[in-house]
Amino acid sequence: MLDDEQEKPIMADGNEVITDFEEPINDRNRVAPVIEFRDVHLAFDDKVILDGVSFSIRRGETKLILGRSGGGKSTTIRLILGLLKPDSGQIFIDGEDITGYTEEDMMHVRQKIGMVFQEGALFDSISVYENVAYRLREQNVEEDEIEHEVRRMLRFVDLEDAIEKMPAELSGGMRRRVGIARALVGDPEIVLYDEPTAGLDPPTARTICELAIKLRDLQDVSSIFVTHEMNNVGYLSSEYAIINEQGEVVFEKEGERLCLINTEVIMLRDGKVIFNGTDEQLRKHRDPYIQNFVYGKN
Amino acid sequence: MNPLTRFIFELQEISVLIWRSFVSLFTQPRYVGEWIKQMDLIGVGSLPIVLLTGFFTGGVLVLQTFPTLEYYSIQNEAGRSVATSLIRELGPVLSALMVSGRIGSAIAAELGSMVVSQQIDAMRAFGTDPNRKLVAPRLLALIFMLPLLTVAADIFGLIGGAMVANQLYNQEVSVFVNSARNGIQIADIIGGVVKPIFFGLVIGSVACHKGLSTTGGTVGVGKSTTNSVVIASIWVIIFDFFLSKALQYLLDMGRI
Ligand SMILES: Nc1ncnc2c1ncn2[C@@H]1O[C@H](COP(=O)(O)OP(=O)(O)O)[C@@H](O)[C@H]1O
Ligand SMILES: [Mg+2]
Repeated sequence: MLDDEQEKPIMADGNEVITDFEEPINDRNRVAPVIEFRDVHLAFDDKVILDGVSFSIRRGETKLILGRSGGGKSTTIRLILGLLKPDSGQIFIDGEDITGYTEEDMMHVRQKIGMVFQEGALFDSISVYENVAYRLREQNVEEDEIEHEVRRMLRFVDLEDAIEKMPAELSGGMRRRVGIARALVGDPEIVLYDEPTAGLDPPTARTICELAIKLRDLQDVSSIFVTHEMNNVGYLSSEYAIINEQGEVVFEKEGERLCLINTEVIMLRDGKVIFNGTDEQLRKHRDPYIQNFVYGKN
Repeated sequence: MNPLTRFIFELQEISVLIWRSFVSLFTQPRYVGEWIKQMDLIGVGSLPIVLLTGFFTGGVLVLQTFPTLEYYSIQNEAGRSVATSLIRELGPVLSALMVSGRIGSAIAAELGSMVVSQQIDAMRAFGTDPNRKLVAPRLLALIFMLPLLTVAADIFGLIGGAMVANQLYNQEVSVFVNSARNGIQIADIIGGVVKPIFFGLVIGSVACHKGLSTTGGTVGVGKSTTNSVVIASIWVIIFDFFLSKALQYLLDMGRI
């Protein structure tokens, strides 16, 4: 188990870029990381995928993970879920060291985590309703409550009409949104998105980023958002969601009223974290690889 | 990895798979709905092809052996010869091969595509043990249904044999039936039901293991499917020999 007192300095050491957040120092919950990697190494056969990766994510924070494809982003997420085990190093979820956990031990940890898979990974033998209800069914929740919860989640992703459909009948964007609804059932405190916008048209991609922003700002969800599209980084690190006087959710650009501090970027290259900081720092970074990544593609 | 280490490694993985599934049958949560669904899919679904196989095998056995038996003037024993070869060997083995082709391939393809589309990961992430939900019901269904399918194939084989003897060689059906009845021994029936239990386990565990260890996208699914059928079929035939020998030994011991 982790001790909060010991935790803070290590967290600061682990990050290459130390940013000073003006937050009440006694708010332990907020300062202790929800997810923390400490010097994680992983290789498949002789191919090194992660080579000493360390980072941490605080409650309510979103980390964007950038990197070229095959760079170990999905692997990082699989490690958090315990679907894979690191060769060395430690992974903490909510202060628990999950590194040595068995499949059974992982079950209660996984209940805190919602996962949006790269291609949606919907169960294609069952309907949208059953897909979203899946986790609740596994927990033997009453049918009335399941239906209520499923409708609430599908409304959140604006897909209530598709409730009776089978996954094969949905478009790519709809599948991704059902994947998000399925991940959010049971109100997990951590949500992991693995390239949720890949292959989608810009308006749909924007919708998905807005969902992630709403969760971050209105529900205090901690998340990892894997992407290699710079405009996702733009949305997520410069806009925030608030509820206006009419009770509607609106998105505002940072700077007008406040400056976003709950979103940071990590970049992976050859199994190492080569950048960890805010998007402004990323854009100003002089490393040619990062420059190319930020400005070369979009 | 050299082939031998690889083989031992896979054998170990399959043993673990079987053991985990076995244990999961006795602990919560049990997916009983899934068990029944698989039994229906595997048992009822395979009935037509297994019956057809049995029927024509019985028929062709009589077609081919009757002239020889007639030459030795023992054509009245046609029923016995068909019954013993069907119940001891051809019923179990042919049913197993048919089921391996139809069910083994389907299992490997289904699980394989679930792996490559990350549905297995999703299951685990949402708190389900895929062994419990996917493997155990399939193994259970195969172990349970294959003996029943085999018995059905045997019966249809005898019917086919009787029909050929009656229609093509003008033998009274009662003669065929009596000879078959006299020819069948308890040991044959025990052997004919014990074998398919093992064959079911072989087909199911190979197919589930191949499916779940799929890598390399859609191409990988095709490979797993083919491998699963080929490997399971070969093992069925190899196992058949050793099971026959073991059963001979055990049942002979019982007789003394
Ligand atoms: N189970 C596995 N066995 C072997 N290699 C793997 C496995 N999973 C992923 N890899 C390899 O690890 C590398 C990183 O994969 P991944 O984390 O999916 O990258 P991405 O950053 O595109 O999500 C890839 O080169 C991939 O081929
Ligand atoms: Mg990936």
